[in-house]
Amino acid sequence: MTNGTTSKDMAETQEDELRRVWANPKGWRYWTSVNNTQIGLWYGSAAFIFMLFAGVLALLVRLQLAVPDNDFLSADLFNQAFTLHGTVMMFLFAVPIFEAVAIFLLPSMLGARELPFPRLSAFGFWSFALGGVFVCGSIFFNAAPNSGWFMYPPLATDKEYSGIGADIWLLGLSFIEVASIAAAVELIVGIMKCRAPGMRINMMPLFAWYLLIVAGMILFAFPPLIAGDILFEMERMFDWPFFDAERGGDPLLWQHLFWIFGHPEVYIIFLPAIALMAMIVPTFAQRPIVGYSWIVLAAVGTGFLSFGLWVHHMFTTGLPQISLAFFSAASEAVAIPTGVQIFVFIATMLAGRVIFSLPMLFGAGGLAIFVIGGLTGVMVALAPFDWQAHDTYFVVAHLHYVLIGGMLFPVVAGIYYYYPLIDGRKLSDRIGRIAFWLMFIGFNTGFFPMHLTGLRGMPRRVFTYPAEVGWDLLNLISTVGAFIFASGVALIVIDILRPKSRKPEAEMNPWNAGTLEWISEPEENWGVRSIPIISSRYPLWDQPGLIEDIKKGRFYLPDAQDGRRETLVTSVLDAEPLQCLRVGGTSYLTIVSAFSLGGVFIALTFHWWLLTVLFGIVTLGTILIWLWTGTSEIPERNERDIGLGVTLPVYASGPASVGWWAMFITMAGDGTAFASLMFGYFFYWTIHPDFTAGLPGPGVVWPLAAVALFAIAWLVMLLARHANAKDRLRLARLCLFCSVFVTLAACLAGLAGPTLHRMQPTVHVYPAIVWVICLWTVLHGLVAIIMQLYCLAGSFTGRLTANYDADLRNVVLYWHFLVITALTSFGVLGLFPEVS
Amino acid sequence: MGCTGQQSALDPAGDEAEAVYRLFVVMVAGGALIWVSVTALFIYAARHRANSWTPERANALISWGGVAFPVIVLLGLLGYAMWLMPAIRPWNPAIQKEGVIEVTAKQFWWRVRYLGTNGDPPFETANEIRLPVGQPATFALDATDVIHSFWIPALGGKMDMIPGRTNFLTLTPKRTGTYRGPCAEFCGTSHAYMAFSVVVMERKEFEAWRHRQIAGHERTTDIGQALIRRHGCLGCHSLRGEESGGATAPDLTLVGARQSIGAGTLDNTVENIARFIRSPISVKPGAKMPAFDMLPQQEIDEMARYLGGLK
Repeated sequence: MTNGTTSKDMAETQEDELRRVWANPKGWRYWTSVNNTQIGLWYGSAAFIFMLFAGVLALLVRLQLAVPDNDFLSADLFNQAFTLHGTVMMFLFAVPIFEAVAIFLLPSMLGARELPFPRLSAFGFWSFALGGVFVCGSIFFNAAPNSGWFMYPPLATDKEYSGIGADIWLLGLSFIEVASIAAAVELIVGIMKCRAPGMRINMMPLFAWYLLIVAGMILFAFPPLIAGDILFEMERMFDWPFFDAERGGDPLLWQHLFWIFGHPEVYIIFLPAIALMAMIVPTFAQRPIVGYSWIVLAAVGTGFLSFGLWVHHMFTTGLPQISLAFFSAASEAVAIPTGVQIFVFIATMLAGRVIFSLPMLFGAGGLAIFVIGGLTGVMVALAPFDWQAHDTYFVVAHLHYVLIGGMLFPVVAGIYYYYPLIDGRKLSDRIGRIAFWLMFIGFNTGFFPMHLTGLRGMPRRVFTYPAEVGWDLLNLISTVGAFIFASGVALIVIDILRPKSRKPEAEMNPWNAGTLEWISEPEENWGVRSIPIISSRYPLWDQPGLIEDIKKGRFYLPDAQDGRRETLVTSVLDAEPLQCLRVGGTSYLTIVSAFSLGGVFIALTFHWWLLTVLFGIVTLGTILIWLWTGTSEIPERNERDIGLGVTLPVYASGPASVGWWAMFITMAGDGTAFASLMFGYFFYWTIHPDFTAGLPGPGVVWPLAAVALFAIAWLVMLLARHANAKDRLRLARLCLFCSVFVTLAACLAGLAGPTLHRMQPTVHVYPAIVWVICLWTVLHGLVAIIMQLYCLAGSFTGRLTANYDADLRNVVLYWHFLVITALTSFGVLGLFPEVS
Repeated sequence: MGCTGQQSALDPAGDEAEAVYRLFVVMVAGGALIWVSVTALFIYAARHRANSWTPERANALISWGGVAFPVIVLLGLLGYAMWLMPAIRPWNPAIQKEGVIEVTAKQFWWRVRYLGTNGDPPFETANEIRLPVGQPATFALDATDVIHSFWIPALGGKMDMIPGRTNFLTLTPKRTGTYRGPCAEFCGTSHAYMAFSVVVMERKEFEAWRHRQIAGHERTTDIGQALIRRHGCLGCHSLRGEESGGATAPDLTLVGARQSIGAGTLDNTVENIARFIRSPISVKPGAKMPAFDMLPQQEIDEMARYLGGLK
C-alpha cells in the first residue's frame, strides 16, 4: 500500500517536473517558445493566412476577367495580382503548410518529445513569417513582383518594367527558401534519428515516410532555384549578363534552373497531401493500409521521377524534338506511381469497412478532382498536345485540378481530422459538409470551363480579352464558380474561428485511429509522457494498454531529472536507443537571428549596403552566440538512466550525433546549389562555339594554386582532428591556427586568377560565370575560417576536448564538402578552357 | 459556346492543329472512361458493407489497376504521340532561308518579313500574316526585347520567340479564312493586347496581295500623307514607296487593308486609327509609341483617313 502511494507520488513529481521543463514561457515571452506544437501552429496559421490573402488576389483576378474589355483592375495591378497569387500559393502556403503540419505532428507520431533542433524550427518559422509579410506587403505599395511567378528574364530583369518587385521576389523568396531548407534538415534528421525505440524504418507511419521523401526533395530542388536567384540578382544589381543574349547570356538557363526546382516542387506539395490521406484512409477503413510497401515505393519513385520532368514546362522553347520525346515519356511515367497510390487507398477501403466521415468526404472529393487533373496532366505531358495547350487556360485548369484536388482538399480533410489534437474536440460536421459542397461545386464550376476556354485560344495572364473571340460566357461562369468556392473556404475559416463551447474533458483519439500522434494531449507540451517501445505500424490498435502505460510514465524518459528538455536518439534502420539528446529550449536568439537575416535580405532589396553589412554582422554574431551557448555543451555527467534499466550517453559526436547528420544534409543541399552553378558554366559552353568569346580566363596557375592550398588546408584540418582525438591539444591548436592562414591564402589565390587577368563580369557572360563560381567557393572558404576560429576558441576555453569534439568533427565534415567544391570549381575554371 | 471561333484549337484549319485535335479527342474519350471507372470504384469501396476483400485480393487490385493498366494505356498513348511527333514537326528541322516568313516579336507587336522567293524581293509588314492555302509555310521566329510566343491555334501549336535564338516552325493551312493568333508568353503590361491576324487565301489572291505589297505606295499630294511626313511618323514607321522610313515601329504599307490595328487591339476603322495616334497608351498600356495629342484633331483625322485608305 505504502509502496503504491510512493510510486504514485513519484509519478506525479516526475510529471510536474516534466511539465515545468517543457512549459511555454508566459506573457510576451510566449513568442520565444520553440516548442514544436507552438511552432507548428504558428507556422500553419501563418501559411493559412497567406493562402487566404492569395485567394483574395485570385478573386480580384476573376472579377477582372468576368466580362470582356473590363477595367476593374489596371493591366499593371492585374499583373501584380496574378504574380503574387501564384508566388504566395506556392512559396507561402503549399510548401510551408506541410512543414507546419510535420513540425506539429511528427514528434508525437514518432513517439518523440521533440524534433532534434527545435530552435531551428523556430528560426525557420520566423524567417518564413517575416519574408512572407515582406513579399505580400509589397502589393500595398504598388511594388509587388509583376513578371509572373516563374520570373522569366529578360522581362523580369528589365528594371524599367519590373521595378523593385523582382528584387522583392528574388530576395524575399531566397530568404524563405532558407527557411524551407532549415525545415528539411530538421525533418530528415528527426525522422531518421528520433523515432521511438522499436519503430523500425518499415514500421514508420506513412506520413513520416512521405515527409522524409519530401524533405529530401526540398534539399535537392530548392538549391537550383537559389543558384538561379543568385545569378538573377547579380544581373539585376551589378549587370552581370547571365540572361542577356547580347552579351553571351541565355534566358533559357533561368528556365532550366527554375523548372529543375519547379517540377519537383509540384510533388513536394502533392506528396504530403497524399501522406495525410494515407493516415486518414486506414483510420476510417478501420484497418491497416493495404500495400504499405507499394505506397512507399510509389512515393520514392515519384520523388525520383519528379527530377527528370522539368523540360515538359519548356516544350515550346524550340529544344530538339528528341529531348521533347524523352521528357514526354518521363512525364507519362510519373502517372504510374501516382496511380499506385490511388489504388492503395481504394484497396484499403475495399479490404475494410469504411466510415464515411467528413475527412473522408473531403478526401474523396479531392480525389475525384485530382484524377481529372492527373488525366489532363497525361495529356499535356505529350509534347504535340502541349504545343496547343501550353500557356493557355487549359493549363490553368489542369494545375488547379492537381493542386486543389491533390493538395487543398486533403489539407482541409487533414484540418477536420487533426483538429481534435489542437483543441480537444472536433469541428462542426454540419458546417463542414456545407463547406465541402460549396467548395466542390464552386471549384468545378469555376475551373472545368477553363479547359474549353484554353483550347478555344485564351492565353494565360491576359488582363482582358476582346468580346468577339467567344470567351465571355465561359469566363463569367468561371468567376461565379470561384466565388462559390471562396464562400466554402470562408465557412471553414468561420468554423475554425468560431467560439466553441468548452468541454470539461478533451476527447482522446476520437476517430479511433491506430497511430501514435493520437496519444498527444493538446494541453501538454511534452509530446509524449514517456517514450514507448513500438512493435507495430498501428500501435494504438495492436499494442493493448499502450496509452495507459505511456501516460503513467512506464516507458523511457518519464522524467526530467536534469531539468533539461530531452528526447531519445535511435538508430536509423532499427531504432535502437543510442543517445539521450538534450534539445534546445526557449530562446530569443531564434527570433533575433531570423529577423536580422531578414534585415540583410530586405536591406539588399533597397540597396542599403551599410545596413546590409550591419544586419549581416548581427546575424553572424547571434548565430555564433546561439551555437556557443546552445550546442555541443559538455554535460555535467556522461550518462543518463532513461528508465527500464537502460542507460544512454548524453553526448555524442561524429556520425553518432544529430549535429553531424544535419551538417551532412545541409552540405548536400549546398553542394546541389554549387552543382547548379557549374551546370550554368557548362550550359554556356554548350550553346556557344567559343564560350570564352576570346576573353581572357583566370589562367591556369592561380586556380591550380587555389586547389593546392585548399587541399593542404583540408589535410591540416584532418590532422587537427586526429591530434585532438589523441588529446594532443597543442598540436591540434597549431593545426587549426595554420589552417586559418592556409585557407585565407587559398581564398586569395582563388580571387587572384580572375582579378589579375582583369576579367570584367559586366562585359560578357564568360567572365561573369567564372567570377560567380570563384566567389561562391571563396565565400565558403571564409565561412570555413570562421569555423576554424570557433573551434580554436572552443579548444582554448575547454569546450572542445578529446572526448567532446563534436564541433571539430562537424567542421571537418564541412571541409570534406569544401575541398570537393574547391577542387571542382578551380580545377574546372583553370583547366577546362585549356582542354576545350 | 461551341468549339468554333477564329482562335480555337478545336476548330482546326491546318495539318498540325488537325492531328493534335484528333489526339485530343482520343485522350478525352479515354480519360472520361478512366475517370468514371475510378470514381465508381471509389464510391463502391466507400459504400460496400458486406464481405470486405481479403488483403490478397486488394493487393491484386493494386498490381492490376494501379500498375499494369496504367503502364499499358500510357505505352499505347506514348506510342501514338511518338508516331505523331515527326509527322507534324520533323526530328531535325531543316534551317532554310528560301520563302521563309521571319516574324520578330516586340513589346507589343509583330514584325513580319517575307523573305524573297524566285528572285522576288523581300517585303515587310506587321501584325498580319497572309498565307496561301494548302502550302506549308515556314516561320523563322525571334524576339528582340523579351520572350514572346507565336501561336495560331487554328493552324497548330505554339513556338516561343526568345531573344538570342531563332526557332523554326512549319504550318500548313488547309482552309481559307481569317484566324487570330495571340502572344502566348507573358511579355509585359500589354501582353493581352498583342495579337495578329492570319488570312489564309487562295493561291491566286495571295500572289496578287504579295505583288501589291512589294509594289508599295505611290507618293501623292494627299494632305494626310504630307502630315505624316511633317510630323515625323516616318522616323519610326515605313510606308513603302516613300523615300525614307524608320524600322523601329510597325511597317504601315497597305495598313488600311489589315484586319485590325494596334496588333489586334482595335478594329481597323479610321476613327480607331485616329484614337490610336492621339494616345496609344490609353488604348494599349505600355505601348512604346508616344502620344500625339498635341496635334489638332483635324490633322490627326486627316492622317487617319489617309492611312485607312491604304488598301
